[in-house]
Amino acid sequence: MAELSNTLDGREAPPDALSGRGQPVAGAPFRTRMAVTYVILTIFLLIAIVPFLIIALAAFKTDEEIARNVFGLPSVWSLANVKDAWTQGNFGQYFRSSVIVVVPVVIVASLLSILSGYAFARMRFPLSRLLFFSLLLGFMIPGEAVIIPLYYNLRTFDLLDTYWAMILPDIAFSVSFGTLWMRGFFSQVPQELIDAATVDGSNSWQTLWRILMPNAQPAVLTMGVLFFVWTWNDFLLPLVVISNENLRTLPLGLAFFQGRYTSDLPLMAAGAAIVALPTILVYVLLQRHFIRGLTSGAVK
Amino acid sequence: MPNARRRVTGYRPGERPLTAYLYILPGFAIYAVFVLLPILQTLRYSFYTWDGVSDPVFTGFANYADLAKDDLFHIALRNNLLLLVFYTLFPIALALLLTALLTRYRIRGLSLFRAGLFVPQVMSMVVVGVVWRWIYNPTFGPLNQGLRAIGLDSWARPWLGDFRLALPAVGMIGTWVGYGFAMVLFIAGVQRIDEDLYDAAKLDGAGEWQQFLAVTLPGLRNEITIALVTTLIAALRTFDLVYVTTRGGPANRTMVVALDIYRNAFGIGRVGYAASIAVVLTVVILVVSYVVLTLRLRSAAEA
Repeated sequence: MAELSNTLDGREAPPDALSGRGQPVAGAPFRTRMAVTYVILTIFLLIAIVPFLIIALAAFKTDEEIARNVFGLPSVWSLANVKDAWTQGNFGQYFRSSVIVVVPVVIVASLLSILSGYAFARMRFPLSRLLFFSLLLGFMIPGEAVIIPLYYNLRTFDLLDTYWAMILPDIAFSVSFGTLWMRGFFSQVPQELIDAATVDGSNSWQTLWRILMPNAQPAVLTMGVLFFVWTWNDFLLPLVVISNENLRTLPLGLAFFQGRYTSDLPLMAAGAAIVALPTILVYVLLQRHFIRGLTSGAVK
Repeated sequence: MPNARRRVTGYRPGERPLTAYLYILPGFAIYAVFVLLPILQTLRYSFYTWDGVSDPVFTGFANYADLAKDDLFHIALRNNLLLLVFYTLFPIALALLLTALLTRYRIRGLSLFRAGLFVPQVMSMVVVGVVWRWIYNPTFGPLNQGLRAIGLDSWARPWLGDFRLALPAVGMIGTWVGYGFAMVLFIAGVQRIDEDLYDAAKLDGAGEWQQFLAVTLPGLRNEITIALVTTLIAALRTFDLVYVTTRGGPANRTMVVALDIYRNAFGIGRVGYAASIAVVLTVVILVVSYVVLTLRLRSAAEA
């Protein structure tokens, strides 16, 4: 896996690799090909986003409006459904739980990944390969492989039905990918840069924070957004370790909500929109980072 | 021995092994407690008969022997294999086909298309499940409404409730989630292929199709491998989507292995048994990933 992940993220694609090459000589076959390209891309773009668009529209509509035409616009752009979902549907509380879990996971997991990735990339020490491969394991195994003992361990320490029961395992899972990711980044830093700092009397800690981290922002951001999406969308862990309704995160809350109010479509659409909106926002702002991270051999 | 000795002492200033361990310790400790240890515990549980409450009884390989005779487990396993067709084969084949049809030259607005195609990747599977359950809804779902609107009333179905169609209906959601991911990978990959290779193929008299086979496919080796590993794992471990859309129904027609683990461990108190299924699932996923990656490395070595 390490090798694979380096093939794509390691070398930064040349500027034209993602946007295409320059224009060739124009001609009839070329124009046809271009037209076909745009038609295909448009059709499949629509297929990918229309389901989300109709649910986003439904969040503003009344039952009758949805029944009349799923593609139709609402007669009034009212936030009443969203407000109802937030208060009566308890999505406000779920939102709060999600934030309480996600924020520490992203911050702590990023920090720990930077530290361990740095050591694996730039230091030699006994057992480094063994330790690294055991971290790799966590990146490949399914959640089902750990969830059963995890539940009983958390019960033993009275941590079931607490935010810790989600925060700690999510940090652990994130660190395995994060270490791999940051190691890849730190491995590419030229040795001369580090040697120069060492000669100037900088110790490894100062080298990390003063020399390496100022250039690491894109890599850290990519890692951070992936941690955010994975933790925000995590379902199996909260499903198993949380039974108190007030501690439910958004995906868990939505799943239970749908089980109970299948027919209240406007409210359910509003709930789904509340779950989706933060990831969509982060995605719109940082989509380059998402795509780079997820297409670089990220197996999760 | 002298060699080994030099390795251990050959550190630059500030790089003693102890320092390295200090950097790794916080992350690795939490990883060891919440991932590594549970992996080993799952393996251990799988040799016990345990309901989660009373004392576990060591029964050796009994759980695994039961697995071999468990019809429901076989149904789940078969369903996961069928889902491979929808989660892996369809998206990759579709994306390759479309990539072959697309121009290799600069596409204006490509970043917009990429961003849109990628949206399902970012979304919670619970949201995806909720959206599609609505689309498939027999009475007010847009799919049946649309079919009725164009006069195909007889095609309208309770998609997720239909014995024969439920699994393909869930599978199509997987295809829908995966194809954009594969397309984004392949479009980026194609534009990295050296145009000279295509020119050389053309000089040899290769047509479009032959160019695709001789240049595009080998050129996309890395991207295809990533798409394969990612979607294979997604198909084998699929849980959220099935839990939200069908819970394995109707009559276990969409039962999958991950749901069977969940049901055994947290539904009917067969904890040791559930652990043995989890072990099998993990081994299958690791073996499949290993095989795909090894094949790719071998083909890379030959090229």
